[in-house]
Amino acid sequence: MTNSPLTPGIVAGRLGAEALAGNFADIAPRFDAHEARVAADRCYFCHDAPCMTACPTTIDIPLFIRQIATGTPEAAAKTIFSQNILGGMCARVCPTEQLCEEVCVREVAEGKPVEIGRLQRFATDSLMAAGVHPFARAKPTGKRVAVVGAGPAGLSAAHRLAMKGHEVVIYDPRPKAGGLNEYGIASYKAPGDFAADEVAWLMKIGGIRVEHGKALGSGLTLDGLRKDHDAVVLAVGLAGVNALRAEGEALDNVLNAVDFIAGLRQAADKAALRIGRDVVVIGGGMTAVDAAVQSKLLGAENVTIVYRRGQERMSASAHEQDHAASAGVRILHNAAPVRVHGNGAAQEVEFAYTEDGPGGLTLKGETFRLKADQVMKAIGQVLDGAPEGLRIEGGKIAVTGAGRTSVPGVWAAGDCASGGEDLTVTAVAEGRDAAEDIHASLMGQAG
Amino acid sequence: MADLTTNFIGIKSPNPFWLASAPPTDKEYNVRRAYEAGWGGVVWKTLGSEGPPVVNVNGPRYGAIWGADRRLLGLNNIELITDRPLEVNLREIKQVKRDYPDRALVISLMVPCDEESWRAILKAIEDTGADGVELNFGCPHGMSERGMGSAVGQVPEYIEMVTRWVKQHSRMPCIVKLTPNITDVRKPAEAAKRGGADAVSLINTINSITSVNLDSFAPEPTIDGKGAHGGYCGPAVKPIALSMVSEIARNPETRGLPISGIGGVTTWRDAAEFMALGAGTVQVCTAAMTYGFKVVQEMISGLSQYLDEHQMSVGDLVGRAVPNVTDWNQLNLNYVTKAQIDQDLCIKCGRCYAACEDTSHQAIAMSDDRTFTVKDEDCVACNLCIDVCPVESCITMRQLGKGEVDPRTGKTVGDYANWTTHPNNPMAQAAE
Ligand SMILES: Cc1cc2nc3c(=O)[nH]c(=O)nc-3n(C[C@H](O)[C@H](O)[C@H](O)COP(=O)(O)OP(=O)(O)OC[C@H]3O[C@@H](n4cnc5c(N)ncnc54)[C@H](O)[C@@H]3O)c2cc1C
Ligand SMILES: Cc1cc2nc3c(=O)[nH]c(=O)nc-3n(C[C@H](O)[C@H](O)[C@H](O)COP(=O)(O)O)c2cc1C
Ligand code: SF4
Ligand code: SF4
Ligand code: SF4
Repeated sequence: MTNSPLTPGIVAGRLGAEALAGNFADIAPRFDAHEARVAADRCYFCHDAPCMTACPTTIDIPLFIRQIATGTPEAAAKTIFSQNILGGMCARVCPTEQLCEEVCVREVAEGKPVEIGRLQRFATDSLMAAGVHPFARAKPTGKRVAVVGAGPAGLSAAHRLAMKGHEVVIYDPRPKAGGLNEYGIASYKAPGDFAADEVAWLMKIGGIRVEHGKALGSGLTLDGLRKDHDAVVLAVGLAGVNALRAEGEALDNVLNAVDFIAGLRQAADKAALRIGRDVVVIGGGMTAVDAAVQSKLLGAENVTIVYRRGQERMSASAHEQDHAASAGVRILHNAAPVRVHGNGAAQEVEFAYTEDGPGGLTLKGETFRLKADQVMKAIGQVLDGAPEGLRIEGGKIAVTGAGRTSVPGVWAAGDCASGGEDLTVTAVAEGRDAAEDIHASLMGQAG
Repeated sequence: MADLTTNFIGIKSPNPFWLASAPPTDKEYNVRRAYEAGWGGVVWKTLGSEGPPVVNVNGPRYGAIWGADRRLLGLNNIELITDRPLEVNLREIKQVKRDYPDRALVISLMVPCDEESWRAILKAIEDTGADGVELNFGCPHGMSERGMGSAVGQVPEYIEMVTRWVKQHSRMPCIVKLTPNITDVRKPAEAAKRGGADAVSLINTINSITSVNLDSFAPEPTIDGKGAHGGYCGPAVKPIALSMVSEIARNPETRGLPISGIGGVTTWRDAAEFMALGAGTVQVCTAAMTYGFKVVQEMISGLSQYLDEHQMSVGDLVGRAVPNVTDWNQLNLNYVTKAQIDQDLCIKCGRCYAACEDTSHQAIAMSDDRTFTVKDEDCVACNLCIDVCPVESCITMRQLGKGEVDPRTGKTVGDYANWTTHPNNPMAQAAE
């Protein structure tokens, strides 16, 4: 091995194959049967359980944990999947510390919640590993529904619609389905080909066709889709990224964190990925943390997240911030980029100290610079190219009820729709609910 | 540190914790290590008559049930009496007793139900130096089918007869071990007393099948596709044993008859409870089989601390709860309590609500923010909420003072009054 974390510039192979394999291994490996029993035993089977209320997909958590405890993880899996068909991915990526586990009564009582996420993974893995798809389609309704976007929201809607007997076509420009499950989630949360395997497993329901290379806005129009289908679900996520609006943004090696992550997720060999010795990530959310941590895992020597406001305003959870810190990432607060310096390519980023007052964020006169072979922008994703005619609200497609947009026959779900957190599990819930609403209206039981 | 020395029917031991007759006491190796660990006494694994020893099954002999964290709650066995030759056991008993003269060593016996067999075995053990004998009239499997064990223990006349033979042919103190597999435990205890027993010990194991294998459709433990009922013991049987001990302790016919309490003793607290109900010593099997001999150290330290804190001696404790064991019809119906929930301790799991709402008296209110409160006007004080709450002492009972009005019945709490004088009782005696 010739390169190391200290090699100047942007190079591949800073770490050996073994170190890389270790770094990108499963962060929370599947429980074995014994661990699952022990963890399941801790659940109190609460009445009207708070964990269940906190789950955006309202999985019956006490029931599925009891099913694990009594030796029937397959039944537990079915309990999970009936509410959340991507329960396998959610078990891996949900910020449980902000959802179900945060309100678990044993978290309240002892500061140690029942490990709901890992139990969910134990259950879902056991059924998926057996290759069993626990649902069957209802008899065909003759209705056709278009789903635009094959991310969690689109897949969830498609599955529910197919299960109800409708014919579903998913359109997505990318070569693989899965959306950010495939292109965004940190590698160590869903290692291997889990995202793709999960999509293949989901498709076993039948009645769903995916047309890759098809995008709304280039080739497909909303009017065209409406004409050819009985209903349309928009689940396009947030394909755009916010600009820094700092000088020097156009220099080489100033990149979008989501593109870096997508490249990393798709790389067959992590040793072939090039990473800087000094990496600066700008932002304060999950994307910033994931980009920074994975830069570090690839062997960057110095990785710094710089967030323009105070720590309490970061949207990355305390758990994620701790994870970044333990991976060796430095997090700086209250500093905003004013200029990227460099000659053709980035060399340094200059930041101004900030003050977050009642009148908004103000830049102070004092600045400092950080060395940067690469600058990653993680300052938020935005809706990109929403079709004309849809009402937009706060930068997202406005919806009422179960995802109804301002255009009749068109629903929206997931990150692109207004309301709800931008989380995988929320996208799944919204996709499912839109599907139910579509089913009700197509079958003439609309409320 | 409290003095735990015990003198039980003349048998002295440094503490009241004895190992029950079972695998822990089946050989010299075990018993030496048990004494080293601190056990006050042992009842040697039951000996049979001279000649070829019994044989055990060669497949699994135990089954179990578990609680959370796979904590063993109940154990079932199909083991027989000792399967080692009598001479070997006798030689070992003699050696051990010689080396540990301060510890109690009682020999458990089970031989066919004829006088000659009993005379012979008593003679055989005469010069072992053992402190006493325990007659195993309790084993519910294997031996009972041969007319021994619980087959004797279920017939009071046999108990009396055999006990009399033993007292006739031996000068040793004699403990009669009772089976719980009967309807009224007072009858065999009375018979033992009539026969001259110095004490009774109870309980032996309860007929049981712990589980059925749902693939092979046979009871477990399964021996070549078949299973037989076994004897049940461990923490799960403690309530049954406590009740039986109390029955004998408060029965006028047997009151004062020394008792060695057995059944589910796992901690010092269990032991103290048996003693409060009249047991002079306790015997332990499952706790030792689950955790090893070291558990006795917690029993010793715990009982000492308890006695010190309450400035009591062992003698003060034994039988202290007996006067408070009474019949249902003597309970004070004017003792009124209400459940109350400590909101600081409550973790809002809602179990109390589910229990009371679905299966009791709809006396717990649940607010939108998951605050649980007892509705005094509906609470009958059944205790179910307390029993299902995962947080100890989170729900407690508050006693209504005399003169207070019970919001449920609208009645004022009055003086002691029980069922025998209650107006709803067709057989009520007029109150004086
Ligand atoms: C780096 C990163 C890490 C994350 N980590 C987590 C995490 O750990 N836990 C968590 O819960 N959430 C996480 N999230 C958020 C989560 O990934 C999203 O909330 C979720 O994927 C939203 O699902 P979606 O279906 O709405 O959109 P997406 O997953 O974005 O899927 C949208 C799909 O639509 C397709 N599409 C886009 N435009 C068009 C078009 N014009 N026509 C047709 N198809 C189109 C896209 O190709 C894509 O397949 C993370 C997000 C990012 C960016
Ligand atoms: C495996 C096993 C074997 C036993 N063998 C005998 C025995 O030979 N003689 C006897 O009197 N009791 C025997 N018992 C019963 C115990 O002495 C004791 O009465 C019973 O286990 C209840 O106590 P515990 O709950 O502490 O285990 C045996 C119990 C077990 C578990
Ligand atoms: S809140 Fe915790 S203990 Fe209660 S049901 Fe949910 S996981 Fe179980
Ligand atoms: S004591 Fe019984 S009736 Fe009263 S609140 Fe508790 S469960 Fe309900
Ligand atoms: S069972 Fe106990 S902890 Fe749970 S809600 Fe009721 S009082 Fe609170």
